Amino acid sequence: MGKSAEEITVVMGVIGADVHAIGNKILEYAFREAGFNVVNLGVMVSQIEFVEAALETAADAILVSSLYGHGEMDCQGLRELCIEMGLGEILLYVGGNLVIGKTSFPEVEAKFKKMGFNRVYPPGTLPETAIRDLLGDLANG
Amino acid sequence: MANNVLLVDIGSTYTKVVAVDLDYPKILGTASAPTTAATNIREGLFEALKCLTEKTGTTSYAESYGSSSAAGGLKMVAIGLVPALTAKAGKMAALGAGAKVLKTFAYELAASEVDEIQQLEPDIILLCGGTDGGNKEVILRNAEHLAGLAGEFSVVVAGNKAAAKEAAEILEASGKQVRLCENVMPQYNCLNVEPAQAAIRNLFLEKIVQAKGLSEVQRFIGNPLLPTPRAVLQGAELLARGTAHQAGLGDLLVVDVGGATTDVYSMAEGAPASGVVLRGLQEPYAKRTVEGDLGLSHSARSTLEAVGRKKIAALTQLSEEEVEENLLLLEKEFSVSFSKEKEAVRNCLTYFAVKLATERHAGKIETIYTPCGPSFIQTGKDLTGIKTIIGTGGPLIYSSDPASLLAAARRSQEAALKPEGGSLYLDRSYIFAGMGLLSQKYPEEALALLKGELEWLG
Repeated sequence: MGKSAEEITVVMGVIGADVHAIGNKILEYAFREAGFNVVNLGVMVSQIEFVEAALETAADAILVSSLYGHGEMDCQGLRELCIEMGLGEILLYVGGNLVIGKTSFPEVEAKFKKMGFNRVYPPGTLPETAIRDLLGDLANG
Repeated sequence: MANNVLLVDIGSTYTKVVAVDLDYPKILGTASAPTTAATNIREGLFEALKCLTEKTGTTSYAESYGSSSAAGGLKMVAIGLVPALTAKAGKMAALGAGAKVLKTFAYELAASEVDEIQQLEPDIILLCGGTDGGNKEVILRNAEHLAGLAGEFSVVVAGNKAAAKEAAEILEASGKQVRLCENVMPQYNCLNVEPAQAAIRNLFLEKIVQAKGLSEVQRFIGNPLLPTPRAVLQGAELLARGTAHQAGLGDLLVVDVGGATTDVYSMAEGAPASGVVLRGLQEPYAKRTVEGDLGLSHSARSTLEAVGRKKIAALTQLSEEEVEENLLLLEKEFSVSFSKEKEAVRNCLTYFAVKLATERHAGKIETIYTPCGPSFIQTGKDLTGIKTIIGTGGPLIYSSDPASLLAAARRSQEAALKPEGGSLYLDRSYIFAGMGLLSQKYPEEALALLKGELEWLG
């Protein structure tokens, strides 16, 4: 059996110089309603802030949002930083408008998975999808 | 004479005493004498009391309260997990308790760091790490490391609630004096420093007072001794918040320039202005910082180095050699009598001690240019709205122009969020610590006296 939502801590936030706050609030609300312990870092969050918050709170997953199209640059090296800081294979999810232009989603997904993200979500994904995936990933982990 | 109260501060160099008549209320007199830590602290205290009696004619007091920073003050090290989170929270808790924080450590301690702690010989170690529900391993590992320290050490454990008890047991099993209390950071970025500070105060009374040869003074005074900076902080908080029957002055800043350090206290929430994003640890309303490299005697040289010798020479219109000569005089002894040149160097260094210490204390604002336009990020406290700035400490008190030196606490071009304006006051009779002590039982009288004693500078 995996953990229940009440036993799971997630760190979330909007990475880089991105100030889009609304989706972040909705995501926080949905995860709290589902029973998770949520550490919401808000907007304009640096990689090191994500990792330090996850380390101090012993988080089970880091949920990264990026809405302004610079996600690829902002997210590079996050997995390596986790490994360096002793978080190793902590679950990393990313979602939003991750790249500018007409790159197809399978390409985007492949790119971010190669960077070490466990789940990659296209625009318009509902919080329930990520919640279901997280419970499943932790049960199988 | 039933309503006379005696307030004693055993400082590192001077023992200061204040006699207060609670009926008016009014200050009957103040006196001081060199602290006699090398022989018996009681001698210096009795000398100061003799001077006080000569001034006031009073020998009987209904009550006495005391503080001490003698014999090195309350020396502490703080240990946490992440430097910007629980390690910083631990440091802020210790500073607010009135401690001199020798060093702050983060993550699992290295063997060399454990050796370093052994050599630093702190009076108290504050062990933190992990939010409640967060990381447990590191605080437990660090408890094991600290258990290996030789000698008598006192430890306050204020980390993850699920691991703190076990950490305390590991330390107790090795013969350490341990106090277990609530987490300094129960949730991410939320400070809870008061329980750790209460535990530090208790340990200070039970262990440290005796270890530092203050037991006799403690018995003479009859009430619990406080670390001096804690007494100053309580005085500042009283003045800002007011009491049940009197309004306080609201948000304020206190700058205490000393021989070895410059201490800054801010009493303000310091919340960001609208449209500004706050990053990093939320800081406490009553915040104290200590700058160990800024001071006018022991630290005069490092203050000069922080500013630059050429700049000091240019500003004082002295040659670099003359600056050096006067610096040597300042380092040797802080005395009240001065040559014109020494006064110029001292004033110049005091100005920069105030300027740099308040810059480091205040929050910072940074503009980030994003694809959506400029954004403003604040770290620390926004003190721009503070209307009251109070200076204290010898270099300010004995200056011929304290107003222009203290004005360095105001914001000029810096990114630091210092007060934009605000009135300047001087605590000329150095009664902040005394009124902090008095406020423990007589807040109304202490506040009235504080308000009456502060000298308006402009």
